Order: sequence, then C-alpha cells, then structure tokens
Amino acid sequence: MKLTLKIWRQKNAQAKGQMVTYPIDGIDGDMSFLEMMDVLNNELINKGEEPVVFDHDCREGICGSCSMFINGEAHGPDRLVTTCQLHMRKFKDGDTITIEPWRAAGFPVIKDLMVDRSSFDRIQHAGGFISINTSGNTQDANAIPIEKIDADAAFDAATCIGCGACVASCKNSSAMLFVSAKVSQFALLPQGQVEATDRVLNMVKQMDEEGFGNCTNTGACEVECPKGISLENIARMNREYLAASLKG
Amino acid sequence: MALDSKIPQGPLADKWTNYKNEINLVNPANKRLIDVIVVGTGLAGGSAAATLAELGYNVKAFCFQDSPRRAHSIAAQGGINAAKNYQGDGDSTYRLFYDTVKGGDYRSREANVYRLAEVSANIIDQCVAQGVPFARDYGGLLDNRSFGGVLVSRTFYAKGQTGQQLLLGAYSAMNRQIGRGKIKMYNRHEMLDIVKVDGKARGIITRNLITGEIERHSAHAVVLGTGGYGNVFYLSTNAMGSNVTAAWKAHKRGAYFANPCYTQIHPTCIPVSGDHQSKLTLMSESLRNDGRIWVPAKKEDAIAIREGRLKPTEIKEEDRDYYLERRYPAFGNLVPRDVASRAAKERCDAGFGVNKTGEAVYLDFASAIQRYGKEQAYVRHLDANDAALVKKLGQEVVKTKYGNLFQMYEKIVDQDPYNTPMMIYPAVHYTMGGLWVDYNLQTSVEGLYAIGEANFSDHGANRLGASALMQGLADGYFVLPYTIGHYLSNDIRTGPISTDSKEFEEAEQNVRKQVGALINNNGSKPVDYFHKKLGKIMWNKCGMSRNATDLTEAIEEISALRKEFYNEVRVPGGEDEYNEELAKALRVADFLELGELFAKDALTRNESCGGHFREESVELDGPQKGEALRDDENFTFVSAWEYKGEPKDAVLHKEELIYENIELKQRSYK
Repeated sequence: MKLTLKIWRQKNAQAKGQMVTYPIDGIDGDMSFLEMMDVLNNELINKGEEPVVFDHDCREGICGSCSMFINGEAHGPDRLVTTCQLHMRKFKDGDTITIEPWRAAGFPVIKDLMVDRSSFDRIQHAGGFISINTSGNTQDANAIPIEKIDADAAFDAATCIGCGACVASCKNSSAMLFVSAKVSQFALLPQGQVEATDRVLNMVKQMDEEGFGNCTNTGACEVECPKGISLENIARMNREYLAASLKG
Repeated sequence: MALDSKIPQGPLADKWTNYKNEINLVNPANKRLIDVIVVGTGLAGGSAAATLAELGYNVKAFCFQDSPRRAHSIAAQGGINAAKNYQGDGDSTYRLFYDTVKGGDYRSREANVYRLAEVSANIIDQCVAQGVPFARDYGGLLDNRSFGGVLVSRTFYAKGQTGQQLLLGAYSAMNRQIGRGKIKMYNRHEMLDIVKVDGKARGIITRNLITGEIERHSAHAVVLGTGGYGNVFYLSTNAMGSNVTAAWKAHKRGAYFANPCYTQIHPTCIPVSGDHQSKLTLMSESLRNDGRIWVPAKKEDAIAIREGRLKPTEIKEEDRDYYLERRYPAFGNLVPRDVASRAAKERCDAGFGVNKTGEAVYLDFASAIQRYGKEQAYVRHLDANDAALVKKLGQEVVKTKYGNLFQMYEKIVDQDPYNTPMMIYPAVHYTMGGLWVDYNLQTSVEGLYAIGEANFSDHGANRLGASALMQGLADGYFVLPYTIGHYLSNDIRTGPISTDSKEFEEAEQNVRKQVGALINNNGSKPVDYFHKKLGKIMWNKCGMSRNATDLTEAIEEISALRKEFYNEVRVPGGEDEYNEELAKALRVADFLELGELFAKDALTRNESCGGHFREESVELDGPQKGEALRDDENFTFVSAWEYKGEPKDAVLHKEELIYENIELKQRSYK
C-alpha cells in the first residue's frame, strides 16, 4: 500500500507544532498501525531526520500507552481496539491518514504525538484505592460472598486501561468515564463502601482541578473507548456524588 | 566469594515462620529515617513499594513508563495460583510446592519455593481486600480454573485480564501512599547505574526520559523489580520497553547473574507474519483446556495449505495428527509449556507446519464447540441432532469463556477462530534466569535486592502457568518487607546517604560517558538493525533446541555484532530531550552483552532441563525415547556468573541444590 501521512510534529511542550506530510510506500495489510509508524521512523532515521515520537509499550492493547488521534478518532476507525491493535488492512491504497496527539487541557503535549497524562495518576492518588494495609492476617477471601452480577460489573468497570481516549473524544475534554470507572468498581463491591463518600468527592474535586471539562452526555467517550467502558458508570458516579454531597 | 544461600535451619515447613520470629525489626520511628529505592512498578516492584511505605519507610519508586500502572505485568492473562483448596480437590501448600519444583525440572531452591507456596493464600486474601474483582461463581464465592502441568484447580482469575487486575490493585495501594507522600514516584525515569558505597548498594543513577537529565538518588537499600530479559530475542511477548538494563548494571557492579539460559518459550502465541513484526502476542494457556493441537498427518496436505490450495477444515479427521495427544496420552494438550513448544517445533521442522511460513500449528476448538453445543442443547431441551444449532450454542459457550482472546486473534490475523482453527507457534515469553539472590532475596551485593522475574529463585528451569503473578506478589507483599527490615535494622543510625560522594560522581560520569558515546557515534545503522540481528542469532542458536556447535558460533557472532554496534549505530537527536532511539540504544547495548553470557551459560550446561534443551542430552531408547535427559549427577546446581569485563570472561560460581524433601525423578507426562 501507498499512503500519505499527515502527522503532528511538535519539538517540545513550549514549541509551536504543525502538521507535516510524509509519503510512505510498501505498507502491508498485516502490519499494525504502530509497525507502520516503525517503518516511517526507520526511513526518517536513515535520512538523518528525527523519528516521530509516540507512546507505546505492550502492543497488545492492555497497557494503555498508545494514544493517537487518527482521522479524527481516538485509536482510529476500528472499534474496541487500541492503536497498537489497529491493523493497516483497515485502510486502502492511496489513503491519506491524519495523525494527531490527544488534545485536552489536562493532557499537555510533551513531544509530537506524546502527551502528559499524569493528571490521571493524580486523580487516582486522590481516592482510587481501598485503605487496607498489607498483612498476612487479612480476612479470608471467601469471607464476604459477592453476588456474581456485581462482581462481573465491578470487573467490567475495572478493565479501564487509562489511555485517555474518552477525554480525547469528548468535546468538553471530560474525564468522567475514566473517573467513574474507578468509582464504580469500588461502589459495586462491599470492600469499597467504607470510604465511598470521601472517594467520590475527592476524585471529582481532583478531576476538576486538573482542567477536565464536564459531561454533557454525548456518549462519544463510550463509542471510542477501546475497552467498552459503559456510560452507566457515569450515571452511577453521579448518584454516588449526589449521595456523598448530601452526607458531607 | 562463596555463595551462601542463607537458607534457615529446621524442617522445611517451619523455616519461614522461624525465620520471621528470629529476625531483627526496625521500630516505627526509626523506619521514618530510612530510605528505600524501588526500581520497576510491576507486580513485584509495585507491591513492594506500597508495602514498604505502609510500614513507614521513605520509598522512592521509579519506572520508565509514563505511569506505574503500565508495567508489563498488566498483560498477564490467565491467572494466579494459590493453595487455597477452595475446590476441595486435594490441594495443599505441599502440593503447590511439589508441582512447582517438579514443573521447574528440579532446578529451583526448595526453601524458597516452599515459602512461595506458603504465602500464596495470603495473596488472594490481600487482593480481594483491595477490591480486585476476581471471577466468582453464582454462590458469590471465588472461582478457579486449571493450568498446565498440575492435577488440581488452584488458579484464580479475572477473565483473560488477571495481570491487569492484580497490577491495578498494587497500583492502587501505591497511589494511597503517593497521596500521603510516603512514596515519591518518578515516572519516565530509566535506571542506568547502581551506586555502591563501602561495598553496599546506596543509590542509583537515572536518566529522566523527558528532559534527558542525569540524576543521582540515594537510599539505604535498593530493590530491583525490573522484570525479565526476553527481549534479548527481539521478538517476544514482552512489552517493547522491557529490558535487562537495571539487572545488567547491577551485574556489572558485582551482582551474580544466575541461569541466564533458562528461558520460557510459550507454545501458544500468534505466529510471525513478516519482517515488519515488532512483537508477538500470547494466546493464554487456558485455551489448551478446550483447544486441540494438530498438524496435517500427510506432508502433501501441509504443503497444499502453505500454498493456499487447501483449507484446514477440509482435512479429514483421520488425516490429522493430534501430536500432543499421541505422544503424551496422560496430559495430552495440557503438558507443560516447554514440552508443548518443543513438540510443535519438531513437527514444523519435519515439514508438517502450516501458515505461509510453515512455522505454525493448529489450535482447534471445533470439538469443544460440538461438546458444549450438545450439552447446551440437552440442558435447554433442544434438538441435539441439529448440527447448525449445536454449533451456534457451542460457539456461544466458547465466547463466554475466551471471547476477549478470540477477538484479539481475529483483529491480528483477520481470520475467524470460531469457524477455522487458530494458528499458533511458540514464542519467547518469560525468563526464569535472573539476578542470583539468597533466601532474603538479596543479591551478591549487600543492600541490593531483586524480586519478581528479575531474580532467578523460584521457577527452576521451567515456570508453570499462573505462577509468575504469584511470585511477583509474594516477593513484594510478603517476603521482601520482612527480609529487608532485618538488613535495615543495621542502618538506624546511618542518617541520610549523601549523593556528593566520589562513588556517586564516578557512577554519574560513567553514565554520561556512555550516553555521550552513543549520541556522537555518527554511525549508519538504526538501533533496530542490531536488535533484530541479535534476535535472529538468539532464536536460531539459543532457542528451543541448542547444541554445542551453534552455541559456540553464537558467542562469536554476538561478540562481533557488539563491536559492529559500537562502530556503526546511529542515534539521531540530542541527549537533553526525549529521545527514544537513545533509550533503545542504551538497552540494546546491554542485551548485546547479556546475549553472549546467555549462550555461554547454555554451552556450559550440557544437559537438558526444562526450557533448556540440549540436543546432545536426550533419552536414546525406552518409552521416553527422544525426550529431554537431565543430568542430575553433574548439573544439580545454580550457575551464578560473576562479571569480569567481557561476558566471555565471566566466572562461574555454583550453588549446589540440595533436595531434602523431594526425590529427583524423570519428569514424565506420558
């Protein structure tokens, strides 16, 4: 396949970026999108130019590192996959592909397609945990039975990979889907009840401080989420937040 | 230096309890005066950092990823073992211990493995208390599944994402401590050297990957939870960034490297599709519960498939060779990983492989779909003779069990595994070798600890499925926090460690020199060129099947490639900015040294054991003909290598393995 790539290049956080066009040839449909980027980068290195910087690590869709906005969609045109699992067979010979970083106030660009998502970590520091110390004397794991339907729902929420596609897809740059996934996981489990009030208040407060916008229920986040995290989680977080606010 | 494993005296089952009763403790006020560095934030590093901070130590944690949550433990699929015996099927601490030692082909340390089995149950309790959503049955209790090489169901799981859920549990425990200021987290930092002061590990040198800054960090002890070195093969199931650098720098500073040649080559991975391939994707071992592995029995069929003239579904039942069921009737498709991988290679080398490359075998769910479909038809009182209905019902069952894996396969290969068999081939997955540690998990450098996959101690020559997660968390949550306390009890009056000493200066200059040399090299070839070339040598000559001629050649070739690397590598960009090529070059430089030691170790170990198969050491006749032949008389030891400049000059130290509780036997799965 022969393609035209239009890629956002930005030297560092302070510099002004721009789109740069690169023609590329010899792309096989079996390549992953990132392997196509590897081909481009090795060509650039051989020409003495600097390769395009992007985050990537596991290349099997679970670490949440890769974060490209491809032809106007987070992780590109395929559904329920991350960029590393997107394959070039989804494109046609002669296509032009536009590749940009996540764009959101909470995710400043570091270089080219790489952004700083430490805001997500800080939201988790604010309450994304159960306060239990490590000891060999915790109660037996089967001491509290948990209804399968709740355990499964908690698991579904917990599969969020923290990639930020939800924020990138939202016109308000809202992080509600991400935050609500963690709030939901614990809200659905008995272990999470003890700190439920503080957790939701603190995590939402931190989310607002990081500059993420509010939710207006467009549902773009759910459509683009590579792990299929459901909007129901946002509704659950809103209920938790309301209850916590009344209590607090 | 003589190797002292420091195994406590007394009966096996009492060693750990007695040890804990006798060690020195540090009082809570004094813990606040002590700093600990933890490098790596996977299951081992993350759980250790969180637990040490809970105890009151000041922890500095480092990872090269942009968040500790992205460490590659996240990608573990199948599950975590624990001797809970919730199923009442006869499991016990002793059985888990026994299975692990046998599965490791009698090349691991009894006392360490027993302790691992002993604390395994605590891990599940701890994780559930943290809110890890393990799979549950309809009664609300925890569910289990079975893995290769064992006869009980002791594997706890969270669909195909157990590693993710456990890592997010450890990450949440870290987050609590980061929020309290007890862990200072350094993301996007790579450790590039260990600093020793008066013979003790007292700090590290790191490079900030964003700014390029070279930094000094001091502490009273240093813990490495930096994972394995499977990427020495270039293609593996490891993440792109997984590397040996931290462990290798420790090795260069005096930590012995143990059993580098023990590598796990996992039988069920998606085959290589072309030269562009950057990594390989695992299909969980749990699939072997229901999938049957086969190749065409006739060579002409295999050729026709490779040329695209024939489809696997067109091959009749009698023309298929279910070679694992044929060779190993007792364990069938659930033989341990090393055995399954070698058997696949044997068939493909003999010309029966499928896929365009001839390097793949089938993993077929058709009979499982039939079996489940019929069962569902009976349960729902539907027509069990309606073939289309049975297939549909069966596919639904398979989907609930393995849906995410099937989806992953379909996205990568572009074939529907519900209707045509999956193609799989072995790939490098895990390294049992690693830094040598004693019972305290301390390396041969005082104050330097290695935990999780980074050490060598628990899996011998082959790791059983669902045991890596168990070991990482056992080390981090339940073992290291005790053993390191005993060491640190001598440091309560030491006070903060200064970074202004000549030792820090020397280590920093060492790093600066290396970075500068690579940046200014002006070579002509990108880093990947060397990494791929190294990978080919490793795969062809130090892979699933090894012999003296190939290994001798590999040593020469890797040494030559290393020279070429330093002359010819081109690293574009500067050192004071984000520069992935520079980070890669620094890692590949270390792989080029490790690879040579790996081959030397494999050459020295002239026996077949676990994942290490020497063609010179096989059973020549009898029912086990052609199977791996261990040599207990000459090789019941751990090879611990001491660095002496060039890898070829490394000096071998032997730790004899003493089996007091288990009788050494031929590992038969027939």
